[in-house]
Amino acid sequence: MNRILPRPTEASAHYWQGCRAGELRLQQCNDCQQIQFYPRIMCSQCQHRSLNWVVASGRGEIASFTVVRRGVSEAYPTPYIVALIDLEEGPRMMSHVVGSDAESVAVGDHVMVAFEDWSDEIAMPVFRLTPVDHN
Amino acid sequence: MNKFSGNNLRGSLAIVGAADTEVGVIPGKSPTELCVEAALLALKDAGIDKSSIDGLITCNSFAEPILYHAEAIAEYMQIFPSFCATVNTGGGTTLTVLQQAAAAIQAGVAKTILISMADSMRSYMTREQAMLAQSSTGHPQFEQPFGPSVPAYYALIGQAHMAEYGTTSAQYAEVAVSCRAHAARNPTAQMRETITVDDVLASRLIADPLHLLDCSLVSDGGSALIVTAAERASDFPHQPVFMLGIGEGHSHEHISQATSLTTSAAVESGQRAFQMAGLKPAEMDFAQLYDCFTPTVLIELEDLGFCEKGSGGAYLQSGATLPDGALPVNTHGGMLSHCHPGNPGAMYALTETVWQLRGTAGARQVNHAEVALVHAQGGIMSSHATAIFAREVN
Repeated sequence: MNRILPRPTEASAHYWQGCRAGELRLQQCNDCQQIQFYPRIMCSQCQHRSLNWVVASGRGEIASFTVVRRGVSEAYPTPYIVALIDLEEGPRMMSHVVGSDAESVAVGDHVMVAFEDWSDEIAMPVFRLTPVDHN
Repeated sequence: MNKFSGNNLRGSLAIVGAADTEVGVIPGKSPTELCVEAALLALKDAGIDKSSIDGLITCNSFAEPILYHAEAIAEYMQIFPSFCATVNTGGGTTLTVLQQAAAAIQAGVAKTILISMADSMRSYMTREQAMLAQSSTGHPQFEQPFGPSVPAYYALIGQAHMAEYGTTSAQYAEVAVSCRAHAARNPTAQMRETITVDDVLASRLIADPLHLLDCSLVSDGGSALIVTAAERASDFPHQPVFMLGIGEGHSHEHISQATSLTTSAAVESGQRAFQMAGLKPAEMDFAQLYDCFTPTVLIELEDLGFCEKGSGGAYLQSGATLPDGALPVNTHGGMLSHCHPGNPGAMYALTETVWQLRGTAGARQVNHAEVALVHAQGGIMSSHATAIFAREVN
């Protein structure tokens, strides 16, 4: 059994291409300027159909997380950390927290995006803990 | 009265038949057979023949999905309704169908509706199949690849509430302890041995902060109701149970898109139901709250107005939800201890409410049970429905 891989669509292709290129790309509405995630065929706020793409900083904050001890299948060795991350640009996304210190994660922790190749076509955005900047 | 606010549904629907099949581990019957078994038992309870049924509402099963589910059940039973619907709002289905049934009856689309649901997630699926089927609620591109199990989705909610309000694992555990205390009085419950907070905390972690005993059961079973117009209720043999209020609330499907992780659309569904009923939370004699995982009950207690936001943990520790508490919750034992065959899980909250309000709940009968609230939700705290029931419409 293999991990579940996303199947890109016309609306999301640019996002997934960005992940392969090491960029976290987000849609922005050309009318109301809302930045949204996940990619859609229109702006979820004003319904405008004209959207462009911005490259996110990759910085975010842990909104919540869980250490999964009983995986969904053998393709997901445990433990692994599923988290909801509030991106600096506003939207929230689901991802993994990875790295040797990942199990020390807490709500409010700062994270930075990284990309893992899961197949020849798909790179997945994951996040690593970053030291808190106290400036 | 503004009919578009739904107020014309107040007191319009009566539950006149209710039945559960055997629940737990039932390898000898398919979900379809359990669904029909429940229907036959409910017809018998209502004292009517299948020819009286002109509406049928079902919910598809995970273990034996059927493309035209309600139609297949009608065919199996050889009934020929004028209103036939397969509904799926996940665990919320059991209550959203009541709003649809009430509206259909008010509109004259049907007079007597059979609502029957069943699934066999325990015996007809492997644990891995059951796990994957349910976790497919996640977004196919932006959630599912990360392998969130269903406990993991709810753990995200539980963890967020802990961070925001200081709620503890021990407070979540009180929900499991309370449900088990009720189940101990219910001979049909799957798990009846009483447990303590320490037992819950000592059970293995599934998805932090949720332990095994914070998670509901995986069961086989069916359950059915017969509903009709309130003015026809006296034609049936049992004390009718009237629906005084019903409301839905929907905020998201995917948890990563939720407007809040810690306050749910139970706020809206509850307000709509209470407003229609003209009642307040403090007037409820008992409540059945959706308990797929322990944090959901704590958040529902807050969002439905039984306690202040953020004080759900303290409310649970006060013992209010226990048998003989101020607000007994899940008097049958809930999905944590009675049974949980998937989407039909909250049907048992409804049948239990019928028996409590009829006064036939035996050893677990709530004293002076006149008015009760039932809440269910589907998805990941996504689609909420709240209903308020009473012995009388006044």
